[in-house]
Amino acid sequence: PNHTIMPNQIIPPPAKYGGRHTVTMIPGDGIGPELLNHARELFRFCCVPVDFEVVNVDSSVTSEDDINNAVTAIKRNGVALKGNIETNHNLPPSHKSRNNLLRTSLDLYANVMHCQTLPGVQTRHRDIDIIIIRENTEGEYSSLEHENVPGVVECLKIITRMNSMRLAEFAFRLAREKGRRRITAVHKANIMKLGDGLFLKCCKEVAAGYPDITFDDMIVDNTTMQLVSKPQQFDVMVMPNLYGNVVSNVCAGLVGGPGLVPGANYGENYAVFETATRNTGKSIANKNIANPTATLLASCLMLDHLRLHDHASVIRKAVLKTLSETQLHTADLGGQGTTSEVVQTIMQEVQRNGFLNPKHI
Amino acid sequence: MLYCSIKETTHTVTLIPGDGIGPELLNHVRELFRFSCVPLDFEVVNINSSITSEDDINNAITAIRRNGVALKGNLETNHTLPPSHKSRNNVLRYTGLDLYANVMRCQSLPGVQTRHKNIDIIIIRENTEGEYSSLEHESVPGVVESLKIITRNNSLRIADYAFQLAREKGRRRVTAVHKANIMKLADGLFLQCCREVASGYPDIAFDSMIVDNTTMQLVSKPHQFDVMVMPNLYGNVVSNVCAGLVGGPGLVPGANYGHNYAVFETATRNTGKSIAGRNIANPTAMLLASCLMLDHLKLHDYASMIRNAVFATMNESLLHTPDIGGQGTTSEMVQSVMRNIKSSGPLTTEL
Repeated sequence: PNHTIMPNQIIPPPAKYGGRHTVTMIPGDGIGPELLNHARELFRFCCVPVDFEVVNVDSSVTSEDDINNAVTAIKRNGVALKGNIETNHNLPPSHKSRNNLLRTSLDLYANVMHCQTLPGVQTRHRDIDIIIIRENTEGEYSSLEHENVPGVVECLKIITRMNSMRLAEFAFRLAREKGRRRITAVHKANIMKLGDGLFLKCCKEVAAGYPDITFDDMIVDNTTMQLVSKPQQFDVMVMPNLYGNVVSNVCAGLVGGPGLVPGANYGENYAVFETATRNTGKSIANKNIANPTATLLASCLMLDHLRLHDHASVIRKAVLKTLSETQLHTADLGGQGTTSEVVQTIMQEVQRNGFLNPKHI
Repeated sequence: MLYCSIKETTHTVTLIPGDGIGPELLNHVRELFRFSCVPLDFEVVNINSSITSEDDINNAITAIRRNGVALKGNLETNHTLPPSHKSRNNVLRYTGLDLYANVMRCQSLPGVQTRHKNIDIIIIRENTEGEYSSLEHESVPGVVESLKIITRNNSLRIADYAFQLAREKGRRRVTAVHKANIMKLADGLFLQCCREVASGYPDIAFDSMIVDNTTMQLVSKPHQFDVMVMPNLYGNVVSNVCAGLVGGPGLVPGANYGHNYAVFETATRNTGKSIAGRNIANPTAMLLASCLMLDHLKLHDYASMIRNAVFATMNESLLHTPDIGGQGTTSEMVQSVMRNIKSSGPLTTEL
């Protein structure tokens, strides 16, 4: 399918306010590079005033130079869009997950995933609208393990008052901002009394300062069971790292899979956007069958973060409209469409609705 | 009431009523066993969950050691007691009896409306270590370290159990669930042990999957799973997801096995405080757990008889309890099970 290119689109027009933003782009591995290329293509097409500074991270080497460069670039730009970086299992345990290093170096303490039933996607449950706020730097992801005695491994799960308090604050502020009614803390404090007990206590303390928002808690096993039977009961959920990982994936599965949900990682000073379930998608890389929805919606979250709300809305609307066309669905949604067809259709949709053309500003 | 013959030797089994819905459901089990002339005596051991003394739980452990088998309800963990007061259920599992394997067979039941049909997954969960080690400390104020322990011994043991069970039940594939990309040493060790054991069972396919992907796959395509083996916490989460998929906590029975002892209970170990004493709890999970116990005691005929009667009752939607969308009562369901047993012909001759 062809699309007409408007003549004055070849040279992007200058943005009216504040100049152009520079954003770090980390292609990652698997389907990351191709999907982020599409995002760049789409931004160029829509004249989004964003320039991408591409930083590649080689996941097959033990040197930490690449990831340190990436961290420096993000510190400079403040914002990044990334694909998942593969963790090479053949390298020794001292070789830490690059994604994890990025998160901890930039202190991106809050991972936010908004899980919504999307139009046009057939799922077993309807009307899901859950915001999951997950602690992103400590907990089980502390990478602190040792084998004191041969054959006996101790893995440390760290929970601190500081991180639990700040995550709870983040959660309640976000809930208030978005007009949400209820926050549920997910934990296993009946078994991990000190660790999850501390997390729960911090949530309760913060909750006391937000009387307009209802606070309750639920044990993680019951939570996952409730999610698969009655997900509509949940509003906003806040939890430590590992439970966040599991609950995010359950919710992603409920609304249609890893190809649909965008994710955001926020710190005091930096923000990094990616797909919510962080899949590398090695087996479907370069086959033009990956679902671009999650990545494109993540780029919209980024645009919102940069206060480019109009651009974000235009692209988001186009993505959702395209999603409702079942014949274009990619393989993960049960269809046979290709990534490029989906992206072309989104561009056509944007064009049809009139993107932000300099003549209109 | 059927007339019972007194020819068979009677087993003695420890019964721990527990809290919440435990006592009433276990009463129904006893009632049903009496009705069906099951040659079993129950030695009831009560455990008071509101006190810190460990006498009660130690008595229970002694009784189970003596009898070898137990049927239990869940014991409430009182959160107002200090952290040194450990979960009584946990103490039973790892301290006293070394019940290292928790087995849950998750099957779609006839007559229960669910979003997925024909699920049949066996989940084997390490039951004594991992995140449930209860080893925590606050070295620095505001910083808590929780130790997750994975040992080669326990990992090999549970992997061995999983493959043996899979072979016994004619299953084709075992999937290890882990998060070794992040917990490289701990879950890495678990995974390595599974691989070692797998090489001794070439007739059974072995693969592995990261826990987050596993839960996502479970909610979209559960039929791809056959037998799953995993450490404690993932087992907890995955069990609950699967229980939710087949209809909820009221339906699935669970078993905890050690080398010498076995304890049976509901798979998702819910206390059910809010529905206790109201005659609305679903007895299915507990009744099926008692059938697992009968199978363990090699009383297969009784087990089949009761199990078939429970399935026949499940088919009658009018009797469904509130957890599966109905308005029936616990006693109505139990009565129906008894009627089904009677009409299927008594196991023992009538005098």
